[in-house]
Amino acid sequence: MSKIEVKSLSVSFGSHQVLRDINLTIPDRQIVAIIGPSGCGKTTLLKSLNRLLDLNEDVSVAGDIFVDGENIYAPGMDVTVLRKKVGFLPQRPYPLPMSIFQNVAFGPRIHGLDASRGASDEKAEKKDMSALVEHYLRLAGLWEEVKDRLHAPAAKLSIGQQQRLALARVLSIEPEVILADEPTSALDPISAKLVETQFRILKKDYTIILVTHILRQARRLGDYIVFLYMGDLVEHEPAAQFFSSPRDEKTRAYINGEIS
Amino acid sequence: MKSRKREEVFFKALMMASLTLVFLALTGIVAVIAAKGLSSLNLAMILETPKGGYYLGKEGGIANAIIGSLYLVAGATVLSLLISLPVALALQKEYLGKRFADITRLVLDILWGTPSIVYGAFGFVVMVLLGLRASLLGGIIVLTLLMIPIMARAMDEAVRLVPFELKEMAYAIGANRIETTLAVVLKQALPGIFTGVILAFGRGIGDAASILFTAGYTDEIPTSLLDPVASLPLAVFFQSGTPVPEVQARAFTAALILLFIVLVVNIIARLLGWRFSRNIVR
Repeated sequence: MSKIEVKSLSVSFGSHQVLRDINLTIPDRQIVAIIGPSGCGKTTLLKSLNRLLDLNEDVSVAGDIFVDGENIYAPGMDVTVLRKKVGFLPQRPYPLPMSIFQNVAFGPRIHGLDASRGASDEKAEKKDMSALVEHYLRLAGLWEEVKDRLHAPAAKLSIGQQQRLALARVLSIEPEVILADEPTSALDPISAKLVETQFRILKKDYTIILVTHILRQARRLGDYIVFLYMGDLVEHEPAAQFFSSPRDEKTRAYINGEIS
Repeated sequence: MKSRKREEVFFKALMMASLTLVFLALTGIVAVIAAKGLSSLNLAMILETPKGGYYLGKEGGIANAIIGSLYLVAGATVLSLLISLPVALALQKEYLGKRFADITRLVLDILWGTPSIVYGAFGFVVMVLLGLRASLLGGIIVLTLLMIPIMARAMDEAVRLVPFELKEMAYAIGANRIETTLAVVLKQALPGIFTGVILAFGRGIGDAASILFTAGYTDEIPTSLLDPVASLPLAVFFQSGTPVPEVQARAFTAALILLFIVLVVNIIARLLGWRFSRNIVR
């Protein structure tokens, strides 16, 4: 079943065209790895899927993207609703300038996701939010490390912990899709492995789209591979087929490390 | 190799010389003011209003000017904070767009560079048109106008230093512009915002020309916003202009008290800024 459909998508920054006529169907509840040499448009493609691209200056987008059949570039689309459904995990995990607890609670609060919202009892509401924060910190594999200092500044965490906090923050808004932009590139090997493990668990419930420049990571994690080269979509297919019998000459060269 | 070393020595010497000059200037000013003003500093000076007029009177104190200055600058700081903070936040590209924001910055920079006597003259003209006389209210409004460009531009620089990636994090989980601004930008820029308040406060409490015509001067402590009000800068100005040496000494005492207030407010602000910066992301 397809979750996202990209139809003749082209993106330019000013006069520089970054993506050319991309057509792509992204399957539900799998890990989709977007790979390709640096500067080929991986991150741009990723950020077009929840319209984070809109934040850039002089960017122009042509074509359509459908999430669950709904055109996200249609006029009147509420981007805050879209970004709640399609969450984003950044390359460098900037924590928000607040406590660990607040970092996770921020999303549910703005989207009104805590169950007892509107309850007359303020105490019950607080308790409910605590349960929520604990749940998502556990889901991101961070709870045991931070449970005794939830109200310490998030900026004090190590970078590996910050990335898992970012993961908890994304999960806390109950998205259906998680976009991850080279989520392990800033991490040490152990933290990177923790994040990868978490991804394997999460794909049961989420569609994960992962940009990576590490071919081995794409092999380890990817169920479906999308290969971009210089702004063109070269090849996209299930991982097994992609790695064993690539159809395109460029794909073969990239897998063999001849181009990078 | 040798020229590189010479370069290093030269610039180090230049830096040390400049630093020395800065410290000498400060200690020089403090030393002269203390030497001339400490002799007249006593409890009566701080607690009493002048006896026999501020121009010739040697008795009583300058409580009218101390309280007056605090009234003026407190009112003006609160008002300009209420206006400057929204201005600084609106200068983000999400709100005004780069072009209009840059025009606004230019306007603020020109206002910043406008001499305070021009603000005073402008305020005076407006007050004459409205039939108002020199008063605490007039002084507060003109000081507010004087302080807004400084405060808004300093805050604007602090807001601009918030990394875009940090804002992107809030947008990425579906926050809208105002949620991102309040929860992320404001928190991250808080120390810089404090600095903006302090810069503007310093200019406001020390300025004489803008309040000369608009706030007036009096020996009394004002009891309403429409009363004229004394101030420390004008106490320095008027008292140092008299032929009586004892009154001239009182001018230096007023300057000493002014410096002390600036010092205390700076220390408090720094402590507060430090306290509020614990969540900052570096």
